[in-house]
Amino acid sequence: MNPILRATGITRRYGERIGCADIGFDLYPGEVMGIVGESGSGKSTLLNCLAGQLTPDAGSILFDSAQQGVCDLLTLSEMQRRTLARTELAFVHQNPRDGLRMSVSAGGNVGERLMGVGARHYANIREQALSWLERVEIPADRIDDRPSQFSGGMQQRLQIARNLVTGPRLVFMDEPTGGLDVSVQARLLDLLRGLVRQMGLSAIVVTHDLAVVRLLADRILVMKDGQVIEAGLTDQVLDDPHHAYTQLLVASVLQA
Amino acid sequence: MTAMLKISGVSKSFTLHNQAGVKIPVMSEAHLSVSAGECIALVGPSGAGKSTLMRMAYGNYLVDAGEIWVGDVCLSSASPRDILMLRRQTLGYVSQFLRVVPRVPTTEVVAEPLLALGVEREVAHERAITLLKALNIPQRLWSLSPMTFSGGEQQRVNIARGFIHTYPVLLLDEPTASLDAENRAVVLSLIEQARARGAAILGIFHDEAAREQVCTGEIDVSQFL
Amino acid sequence: MSAYNFAYLDEQTKRMIRRALLKAVAIPGYQVPFASREMPMPYGWGTGGVQVTASTLVPEDRLKVIDQGADDTTNAVSIRRFFEVTAGVETTTEADRATVIQTRHRIPETPLQEGQIIVYQVPIPEPLRFLEPRETETRKMHSLGEYGLMHVKLYEDIARHGEIATTYAYPVRVGKSYVMDPSPIPKFDNPKLNGSPAIQLFGAGREQRIYALPPWTPVKSLDFEDYPFDPSRAAGQCALCGSTSSYLDEVITDDSGGRMFLCSDTDYCARRVQEGA
Repeated sequence: MNPILRATGITRRYGERIGCADIGFDLYPGEVMGIVGESGSGKSTLLNCLAGQLTPDAGSILFDSAQQGVCDLLTLSEMQRRTLARTELAFVHQNPRDGLRMSVSAGGNVGERLMGVGARHYANIREQALSWLERVEIPADRIDDRPSQFSGGMQQRLQIARNLVTGPRLVFMDEPTGGLDVSVQARLLDLLRGLVRQMGLSAIVVTHDLAVVRLLADRILVMKDGQVIEAGLTDQVLDDPHHAYTQLLVASVLQA
Repeated sequence: MTAMLKISGVSKSFTLHNQAGVKIPVMSEAHLSVSAGECIALVGPSGAGKSTLMRMAYGNYLVDAGEIWVGDVCLSSASPRDILMLRRQTLGYVSQFLRVVPRVPTTEVVAEPLLALGVEREVAHERAITLLKALNIPQRLWSLSPMTFSGGEQQRVNIARGFIHTYPVLLLDEPTASLDAENRAVVLSLIEQARARGAAILGIFHDEAAREQVCTGEIDVSQFL
Repeated sequence: MSAYNFAYLDEQTKRMIRRALLKAVAIPGYQVPFASREMPMPYGWGTGGVQVTASTLVPEDRLKVIDQGADDTTNAVSIRRFFEVTAGVETTTEADRATVIQTRHRIPETPLQEGQIIVYQVPIPEPLRFLEPRETETRKMHSLGEYGLMHVKLYEDIARHGEIATTYAYPVRVGKSYVMDPSPIPKFDNPKLNGSPAIQLFGAGREQRIYALPPWTPVKSLDFEDYPFDPSRAAGQCALCGSTSSYLDEVITDDSGGRMFLCSDTDYCARRVQEGA
């Protein structure tokens, strides 16, 4: 099996400071990889480089595209890249406001990606939007409400539906359960796990929450000062951390 | 008989970087092998490294030296992806702790290993229910999250999860602890059935009678210190 | 009238605007930025249209100016007088006699002809603006042809009103390329944009954009397969000329709900009355 994403030598500097340095990994279809570290560790810089929201200073990101074959996301034309971003890739933001159109109804939010790839039949678009709302447990009668009328957890579920409606193969998630109540987090985690399994999604999840990463990710990268200091199977890294920083991170988790 | 699980020359120590870099050796030159149809018990005093060895055999702890083979895969040097595949298909583990996503129903928790293998939802759920019934988990609890259960109930959910797939290699960490006599008997018969179908089992059993009943051999872990 | 340069604007400015116009005609539907000048009228009163007209006029032209179809409203009268004074060109109210027609919010009922130029006053040239506030992003969307968002707007209409409730400034696709705002003309006029023999120029003064449709350009109103574009009009008859096919204004006649319909195109209506229709 070929990796769906192969990153090598990803480096991004902010002037003199290092965002992330020489990072490489392979991600295989169906795999969920977590990136953990404290704020400023470079995990968001790395995610944004991978997702095409930041341009790295060096490196390559080979994506095994269903439409275009293996291609380097960094050298694709903008048109190809944005086409991929609407179809095979998806990005779930920490703050749903960054990933939703707050002035457009829930149905319109879900339908946008469909219309973006050429869907022009209202009834079909609406039907798909309804089925996705159901999958993310948003009541059908909220389809014409705007996300501003939704709770935080519902907004996040809507963002997920909006992203997954075109059946992407790789999803980037930035603290997907970040601003949510603990009770809401659990439901969202379960939803994400189910979708990842059913759709065979690959995902890269950035989080500082070790409990989230343990439940969601198959393997993790631990970052500090822009470097990957430890990597491996999630439960192995968390239960038998080798690097001093990882040990500190694991030891610092509050027990509920 | 072919060894399904083979541990050779395995050493392990923990370095506590945040406590003055103290290095704690826990195991050196551990050897053992478990063949299909065998059930080997790890024995030794508390702190001798039984759980550590089990965790290494599951890939949960890294080894400092030596090799661990599961079937024809060298677990101790395998990539995370290969270990995950091994855990999905070949290597089952019943731990003492239940770690699940909160608010997921018990049937779903138990069925998950089969769903991950791509087994159809209905088939997986049916099998989950059969096991829950056998382990005397009352039906009214099936749709609830096991996080709210008593210790003994959680332990049985864990066992159901560990036995739902016919793993060729099974690791059991205190499977009968905190169970009453009736459920203990059910678990022991599950272990015997697994052995009978040819599973290679490595376990920790404080319950001596249980050990007598299901184990084909013992290894004293304290000899590896 | 030597106090003014011909048609008010200085020659440099007209040349700059003509260059923008040529570019706009060469790339139908593309919004060309231009250095909009202060005009002796407030923004929103047609400063964009006036600058385009001023740069287009030659002394031989015959100018018609309409506001919502009418030749006799303040805005139309003022702009017509403006060019009578500053350019000394002949003016007319007859659509078929005019060589240049400046319009706010209507296309004349009388079919346009080859050789005519129609200049639209445009308040907001960017059809994606209400959905995507960032100019950098909308430009990118135009350059990559990412127009899914435009349909989101129509989707929202149907979801909320059961039909596409956009009745004016109804977005169109120019050929197979740019999506364009046709200015706030009623959607009833949209079909007239398509394949028109006249040159159609659009000027947005405040927003500093010019765009154009050269003659015979195919222009399609956006829609859904199951909700096709419908250029509807009020179901009624003009109280003056009896027309049942023209675009009508509703006029309230008293305080007890009395009302009637009148052609919004005064020239068309007056001529039908004259011809004894």
